[in-house]
Amino acid sequence: MQALLAQLLVGLINGSFYALLSLGLAVIFGMLNIINFAHGALYMMGAFCAYFLLNLFGIGYWWALILAPLIVGAFGMLMERTLLQWLSGLDHLYGLLLTFGVALIIQGLFQNYFGSSGLPYAIPDELRGGVNLGFMYLPIYRGWVVAFSLVVCLLTWYLIERTRLGANLRAATENPTLVRAFGINVPRMITLTYGLGVGLAALAGVLSAPINQVRPLMGADLIIVVFAVVVIGGMGSIMGSIITGFALGVIEGLTKYFYPEASNTVVFVLMVLVLLVKPSGLTGRAT
Amino acid sequence: MSTITQNSVPAPTTRRPVRDEMIAFALMTIVLAVVPFTGVYPFFVMQGLCFALLACAFNLLIGYGGLLSFGHAMFLGTAGYVSAHALKVWELPPELGIVAGVVAAFGLSVITGLIAIRRQGIYFAMITLALSQLLYFIYLQAPFTHGEDGIQGIPQGKMFGIIDLQHTTTLYFVILIGFLIGFLIIYRAINSPFGEVLKAIRENEPRAISLGYKTDQYKLLAFILSGTLAGFAGALKVFVAQNASLTDVHWSMSGEIVLMTLVGGLGTIFGPVVGAFVIIAMQQYLAGFGQWVTVIQGVIFVACVLTFRRGIVGEIGHYFKRSL
Repeated sequence: MQALLAQLLVGLINGSFYALLSLGLAVIFGMLNIINFAHGALYMMGAFCAYFLLNLFGIGYWWALILAPLIVGAFGMLMERTLLQWLSGLDHLYGLLLTFGVALIIQGLFQNYFGSSGLPYAIPDELRGGVNLGFMYLPIYRGWVVAFSLVVCLLTWYLIERTRLGANLRAATENPTLVRAFGINVPRMITLTYGLGVGLAALAGVLSAPINQVRPLMGADLIIVVFAVVVIGGMGSIMGSIITGFALGVIEGLTKYFYPEASNTVVFVLMVLVLLVKPSGLTGRAT
Repeated sequence: MSTITQNSVPAPTTRRPVRDEMIAFALMTIVLAVVPFTGVYPFFVMQGLCFALLACAFNLLIGYGGLLSFGHAMFLGTAGYVSAHALKVWELPPELGIVAGVVAAFGLSVITGLIAIRRQGIYFAMITLALSQLLYFIYLQAPFTHGEDGIQGIPQGKMFGIIDLQHTTTLYFVILIGFLIGFLIIYRAINSPFGEVLKAIRENEPRAISLGYKTDQYKLLAFILSGTLAGFAGALKVFVAQNASLTDVHWSMSGEIVLMTLVGGLGTIFGPVVGAFVIIAMQQYLAGFGQWVTVIQGVIFVACVLTFRRGIVGEIGHYFKRSL
């Protein structure tokens, strides 16, 4: 029972990373029509950013939680302005290829300077230890990760689905020319949206730094699972990404308990099953 | 939205440029046939030929069908493992070992094709990528692949009982003939009614459907043909490298295949061959730079997508207004 609950918790934590990453992918895809292959590399940069802030400037976890997404988000916006904006109007597969190239560059550079081994990042003092819930022992940091990312996901959902800014953004996805005619600066909005999506990835990176070690390739394999999550959920809705992300994390955790051999593959197997039954994905609109 | 190969298709010529292609093909064959008698390291060229066939097979799918498969390494790796296992454990002769690998790649491409063609565009790319990662984990755990170690020390044997593949020049010509057969199959497919329908689907799928073509069947057929030929390349590669390992199934290999085709020219006939040799040469000569090779590959990716979408052969063809 203890082990099952522990795996469920691990699953929830992985699920929160899946949710944050696929949410960022969905936001970027909605606005730029690009599958951001560099998302895993940017997630890794978020974790490294937290590591640098601590070891070079002595800036701790709490500030890193704010600063890393801002720094990496700014990097993302620079990337959008210098590279991605030239692809508008081209087939969206070019976006996939370009961001794949960017991911190779970023990961290669980090591997050059840090090798492939991990760097430790300590859990902040306030979140050390755990609480005994009676039926299980909950490490505080892990509970924090799940709760915090849930809040961030819901805030992002609120921002996009319920605010004026989000309404403009959704309108610009449907018809950029018309929205421009209303006097809204669409290119700036695209840049900011990319920054937001990248910021979410970097935030996931900071959250994962104390749990997983900070490694140059930490995002490389994760991103493929996230792609499978995206195929399963479809990119139709923001809420869909969040729910699918968490749900798949939990399913993965359960598999690790009941049939560990399949834990690496269960998400992909689910993807195949979903594609056979409902090709557009669980929450996706038919294409 | 423009299709992915729009920039690589040269201006339409009035007459079908078969003659240019014949001359280019003859030149390529002569150059490749002379190589063993020059000072070039033959194993480097053999490896290049295997990757060239792989890239051509991949190009059939994206360049003519408009389908970006980001998991083509799974066919290379699967055929490699099956051929290696057949040669080493079942002790089959080389020709049957190759057949075993090709049949495995065929079966795999039928299954994955049926799943992947249910979605288009980037979803297709992501599905193929996820499927290849699924296989990666299966091969990591399956006992017959020996996990991280891979299958090593594969016997090359005697083909049809007489052709000794341990002899380097003999092996070279076997690989070269294999490459040429694969290349001609792809060339034939492109220049057939089937190829024309594929191009029509690439340009405008709803229109092809309205003309009465069952586009899913055509796409599936292209996928199976491409996957099987990629498997053929994988089976040949076993004889060159004498091992089968996880690197051939890893998704970074799929990225390299895309890069080779992109550098040479998407949707050109000879582009993937040139691209494969450029990338293999780069890896060979830059091997001392460690991870910088990854960075350089990334830069090439970005440069190709931003400024150089026609690729090397595509640019040459565009300059001379020829289709190559």
